Formats: sequence, C-alpha cells, structure tokens
Amino acid sequence: MEKRALFGSRWLPYALVAPQILVTFVFFFLPAGQMVYQSVHIQDAFGGNPQFVWFDNFKELFQDPLYLASFKVTAVFSVAVAVLGLAISLVLAVFADRVLRGAGLYKTLLIWPYAVAPAVAAVLWAFLFNPTLGILAYWLRQNGVDWNYLLYDGQALLLVIIAAVWKQVSYNFLFFLAGLQSIPKSLIEAAAIDGAGPVKRFATIVFPLLSPTTFFLLVVNIVYAFFDTFGIIDAATSGGPGQATEILVYKVYKDGFKALDLGGSAAQSAILMFIVIALTVVQFRYVERKVQY
Amino acid sequence: MVENRPFLNFLSHAILILGVAIVAFPVYVTFVASTRTVQEVLAAPMPLLPGSHLVENYLAALAHGAGPGTAGVERMMLNSLVSALVIAFGKIAISLLSAFAIVYFRFPLRGFFFWMIFVTLMLPVEVRILPTYKVVSDLGMLDTYAGLTVPLIASATATFLFRQFFLTIPDELAEAARIDGAGPMRFLIDVVVPLSRTNIAALFVILFIFGWNQYLWPLLVTTQEEMYTAVIGIKRMITGGDAAVEWHLVMATAMLAMLPPALVVILMQKWFVKGLIETEK
Repeated sequence: MEKRALFGSRWLPYALVAPQILVTFVFFFLPAGQMVYQSVHIQDAFGGNPQFVWFDNFKELFQDPLYLASFKVTAVFSVAVAVLGLAISLVLAVFADRVLRGAGLYKTLLIWPYAVAPAVAAVLWAFLFNPTLGILAYWLRQNGVDWNYLLYDGQALLLVIIAAVWKQVSYNFLFFLAGLQSIPKSLIEAAAIDGAGPVKRFATIVFPLLSPTTFFLLVVNIVYAFFDTFGIIDAATSGGPGQATEILVYKVYKDGFKALDLGGSAAQSAILMFIVIALTVVQFRYVERKVQY
Repeated sequence: MVENRPFLNFLSHAILILGVAIVAFPVYVTFVASTRTVQEVLAAPMPLLPGSHLVENYLAALAHGAGPGTAGVERMMLNSLVSALVIAFGKIAISLLSAFAIVYFRFPLRGFFFWMIFVTLMLPVEVRILPTYKVVSDLGMLDTYAGLTVPLIASATATFLFRQFFLTIPDELAEAARIDGAGPMRFLIDVVVPLSRTNIAALFVILFIFGWNQYLWPLLVTTQEEMYTAVIGIKRMITGGDAAVEWHLVMATAMLAMLPPALVVILMQKWFVKGLIETEK
C-alpha cells in the first residue's frame, strides 16, 4: 500500500529519519560490525594485537564441552519454559473464556505479572526457595525433599524455569484469551447441538482453530526464553551451580565481561545473532500464514 | 456459554482462583516479609501474616537501602522513573518521525533506511553486549542518564506500528491539508499526532514497562550507586554477602520496584492490552 498524497522536500525527510538512523548506526550497526570483526580475530584481554584467524574461534567453541553443555541447558530451559508456559496459560484462558461472572476481574488478577521485571521475579522465587529461609524450601524439607538449589543442578534449573514461566503466563494468557474470543460462537453451538460435549468440542474445534495463536506464542516464548531471561538467570543463580543454568546469553556475558575472552564471546554473539535471525524469519514468514485452519 | 453445566462452572472458578492464588503467592510472601523484622524473616518458617513494621521498613529502604553501602531506594526509583520515561517518550518520538518520513515522502535511500530500522530487530542488546558497551564507554556515557537510555531508544516495532497506522490515514486528509497551505510539519503536528493518540498511549504503556524493567543494560553501564535503577539495586543488595542480607528491606525494595509498572498495567489495562497485541503482530 502506498500513499498518493505526498509531501515534497529535499532535506526534511532526512532530518526526520536522522535521530533513529543515528541511534541505529552508532549503537546497533557499529557494535555489530565490531562483533563480527572480533569473532574472526584473536586479541589480548585489552583488545590489542588483533590477529586474523578465520573461523578458529567458532571451531574452538564447537569443540568446547562447556559451550555444548550451555547449548543443551538452553534447549532444555527454553522448551520447558515454552511448553509449561503455553499449557498453563491455555488452561487458564479456556476456563476464563467460559465464566460469565468475574471474567474481567480474573483477567486483571492474572495479567499483572507482566509488569514485574524478570530479575525481580527471580528474586521473589529465589526467596521462596532459599534453602535456609524460604517457605517453599521449608515445606519441601518437611516432606522429605532434600532441597538446596545452590547445590543441585536440576533444582537450580527448575527454579529458573518456574520464575520464567510465572512471568510469562500473563502474556500467553492474554493472547490465548483473545484467540478464544475470536472463535465464532456459531461453530461451538452447532457442535453442541450435534451432541459434542465440552471436551470433544475443545479437541476438535477450539484447539485446531487456536493453532495460529499457539504457533505465534511458541515462537515468542522461545525468543523470550533465549534472550529475555538473562535477568532471571543472573539474579537467581548466576548460571550456577557449576554451569547448570548457564544459558547461551548468560555465557556470552560471562565470557566477555568476566573472563575477557573477546574473540570467543564475539563468536558466541555471532551464533546467537544467527539464531535471532532464524527466529525472526520464521516469525515473519510463517506465523499467521502457514498455520491455517 | 453454550449450555449450562453447573459442575463445569464450579470447576472453572476453582481453577481460575487457584491460578490467581499461585500467581499472587510470591508477591504476598514478599509483602509479608517486607512488614516484619529481619529476625522474623530469618526464622524459618517465616510467619505468613503481615507484621507491624511496614512503615519503618519502607522508610528505611527508601532512605538508605539495604545492606552496607547501598544508596537509598528513593534515588533508585528516581533513576528508574527517569530512564523509563526517557526510553518510552524517546522511542515514541523518533519512531513517529521516521515512520512519517517513510510514509509521506519519497526520497533516495528511503528503502535502505527502512531496512536499517528493520534489521535492529535481529540485534538485541544481548547479542552485542561487549562492543555496545565499548561504544558507550568511548563516548563517555557510562554512569549517565544518556548512557542508560539512548542506546535503547531505537525501535523497529514502534516504527512499524506507526507506519501501519499512517497507511490507514485517508489520503484526502493530506490533500486537504496541502490545499489549505499546510506544510508537512503542520500536517504532522495538527493531524497525524492527534489521530495517533490511542497508538501513542498503547505504546507508552508497553515501553514504560520495558524501560522500567531493563536489567542487562543498566547492569553494564552503571557502576556508581547513585545511578543504579531499582531493579539493579535489588540485585546488588542480595549479592553483597550472604549473612548480611537484610531480607526485610530487600523485600520492601522489591515491592517498591514492582509497584509503578504494575500500577501502569492495572490502571491503563485497556491501553496495555491494545499495545501488547499490536506491537507483537
């Protein structure tokens, strides 16, 4: 779609786009270029003596068991966050769509965690599960669970998954609810008249009609788990114990800022960038087109 | 509702109430901890009813934070507010201007600029941490409000949203404005901006929350306590040293840090939902 009515000016359009382009260039393109440059060089910790090494940094990464382990942690973490987050919010949305009284109130009471910063969400859950003073940790111990997320890998991963899901449920819930409310009531009524019960109606009509929303949310949740959970990891576990909760984004930060391995960190950034590009392409090309009723 | 099934109605309410309770539980415990003394919080299990130290804990946190050598939360809240507002309004302003230029003008490099803005979607801060930090430090922007906000101000999604919306504004309005002798800037200020009010409000809610909740970026660019945002302040309070953590004050700070964005979501719920759905499409 293009405009017929246009304004003419030789300089004005450039002045209008200038602030955005300037910020984009200085803080996005310049650093990204530098990142690509560093990813094929080795330097000392202060950025001196760059030597061109082709793809050695990448080769090294894929031979590094710690990096591969971080890939695995990221995969487990993002699949768990996406699947649990989607399942819980779908259940809540389906029931919220059913109730007549208090639907608005439930909605308000379920969406506000969106406003909580990931790092704050992590602090709240880490407090509940704190091995010495957490209430949930106390209850778990009363029931014979040896709970200490500072020591056990699986428990630490579980903690960050819970915090990440808790924060994301509100977002998924809103989209599922909007999707449910856009399903024509006549379809549901026709099925009810034909004798289909609520479970059958959900499985054969509602869920298939929700598939575009579900697919869209799946992509969004994976992006969220990959990139927006940095605050959760850093505030709850700092990647520990060992590397048990060190997702890829956290490792870039740690290797770059704490270990000052510029080349390795830049190569990791480049790999992450490819992942973002792939996810963005999927989102723009396939979401809402391929998944049709 | 298609048919009346009393049991299913009961089940719906039961599940929703359970969901609301689970969602609220961590915040409730945080609130309780923020109203008690540190001894009460440390006595596992902590009592589950609010205590009597609400006012003094919050005043103490606001005045001098928690733990040795942390700045007052007052200052952190101010930093969070300034950066959230600058980020929200900055993003809206520069996106509105660039979308206006791209929709209402034809000029060389127009497609290239649009592409440049689009590509920023694929370069989140998380993938260019170190080099961006270096640029900001070379510009002398560490520990400044400019450093906290300007690098986050470019926005592809806001630009797309405004572009989509401008394309739906009838051409007749622009023609009429031109016939009446209005230039592009007058048209922008008197016609386009007023028409975009609802979009601006919706975007503002989302971007305010985005700005307030920033974590990685302020963690990198702030080293002085006076520049910490509330979210960073909490993280610094709990990593000071394990025995010395004053949990009651940390929890009061957490409540304070959650309050402004939560209020924005609840009070501006209509705009929030609109903004969320439109920015992600």
